[in-house]
Amino acid sequence: MNKTSMGIALALVTFAPASFAARAWLLPSQTIVARSGGWVTFDAANSDDLFSFNQGSMPIDALSVTTPDQQPITAQNVAKGRTRSSFDLEIRVPGTYRVAVAGDTVMARWEEEGKPKRWRGMPADMAANIPANAAKLEVEQTQRRVETFVTVGAPTALKTSGVGLELVTTTHPNDLYKGEPAKFQFLLDGKPAPDLEVEIIAGGTRYRDSPEAIVVKTDKQGAFSVTWPQAGYYWLDAAIDDENATVPNVKKRRAAYNATLEVLPQ
Amino acid sequence: MSRVSPVLVALMVCAAGSAGAADLSLNLEIPSLPVAEYHRPYVAIWVENPDQTIAANLAVWYNLRGDHTKWLPDLRQWWRRGGRDLKVPADGLTGATRPVGQHILKFDAAAAPLSKLAPGNYALVVEAVREVGGREAVRIPFEWPIKGAKRESVQGSKELGAVALTLNP
Repeated sequence: MNKTSMGIALALVTFAPASFAARAWLLPSQTIVARSGGWVTFDAANSDDLFSFNQGSMPIDALSVTTPDQQPITAQNVAKGRTRSSFDLEIRVPGTYRVAVAGDTVMARWEEEGKPKRWRGMPADMAANIPANAAKLEVEQTQRRVETFVTVGAPTALKTSGVGLELVTTTHPNDLYKGEPAKFQFLLDGKPAPDLEVEIIAGGTRYRDSPEAIVVKTDKQGAFSVTWPQAGYYWLDAAIDDENATVPNVKKRRAAYNATLEVLPQ
Repeated sequence: MSRVSPVLVALMVCAAGSAGAADLSLNLEIPSLPVAEYHRPYVAIWVENPDQTIAANLAVWYNLRGDHTKWLPDLRQWWRRGGRDLKVPADGLTGATRPVGQHILKFDAAAAPLSKLAPGNYALVVEAVREVGGREAVRIPFEWPIKGAKRESVQGSKELGAVALTLNP
């Protein structure tokens, strides 16, 4: 191993907890729908280029769509391709719909007869899948939420669940315009998430040399503000690694959040 | 009433009303455009408060044949400022799209919706958006109530031609 590859290997080890998963996103065909409602199509993918489906599709088994009156609705024409998943929603009731892929899983690593083993699954299935006497056992809980919002007619207020990392939409996510500031707040387990780094990147990264990410930090109340430089779709990213896992007998936890937001021209 | 031309209604109101009643009139030109595929624009006309909220909707023209209300959000400013709260069709407000040419609209100061305007500064906004075309909005500021005869005009650059506001005390 030469010095360079050793450096890379070290870097991989150092940053391993942050994981190198490609950016996860949902992309709606439109976010503002007239009062009579209609059909909206969504793509779901994991890719570093925003919003190009050129890496892998995002599994949407955990898809949940909430209507303005907090009822679940079912996606139609669900398809899983190699580079993207897609689905349609027929939305007729006026108000704002939350479209989310949210999950709460655990990842375990251990050794068996000197060989590394790993398992990822639901917290409830841990006991059945991880040997009780597993050597060098490391378990991490992952709470993640990938979401977007669509409004029929006039926007309505959104509710948070109090689980993991969530965005409080002080400015409505379907009321975003070029040149205007938008205010949001991050909550972790329902409480303000202060000093959290938030990265916001406009779509179309393939067509420019630099990602031109907007990086902001939340204040003491977990709040932050962003003024949109251009109209278009934006990807918002934040994550926290801590030792406050909510699964019994697990310490380490990663809470991650991604949203796709559409900003309109004036 | 939504299918009756607001111009016709305005003219009837003028003919029937007492002479000399204060009014706000609007001359608006939908320009002829040298394009291969032309569709009449959707147009929204409203009175705007200084904070850009809608003080009064004056007219909304869209394709009434079949359900084309799905394109109303393309009148972007009007939609965000209050179009999205409005149930269409609305009597005396919504109507069919208009052809290329000059259009005259007259609104009686003593009748709804202008009679409900509180004294203050406003702007008249005309927004037009055309299928496979562009979007444009123009504003003409004015003061309410009408104190003296006044005529202000602006020239649209793409989707609108000359737009003139006349206040008759």
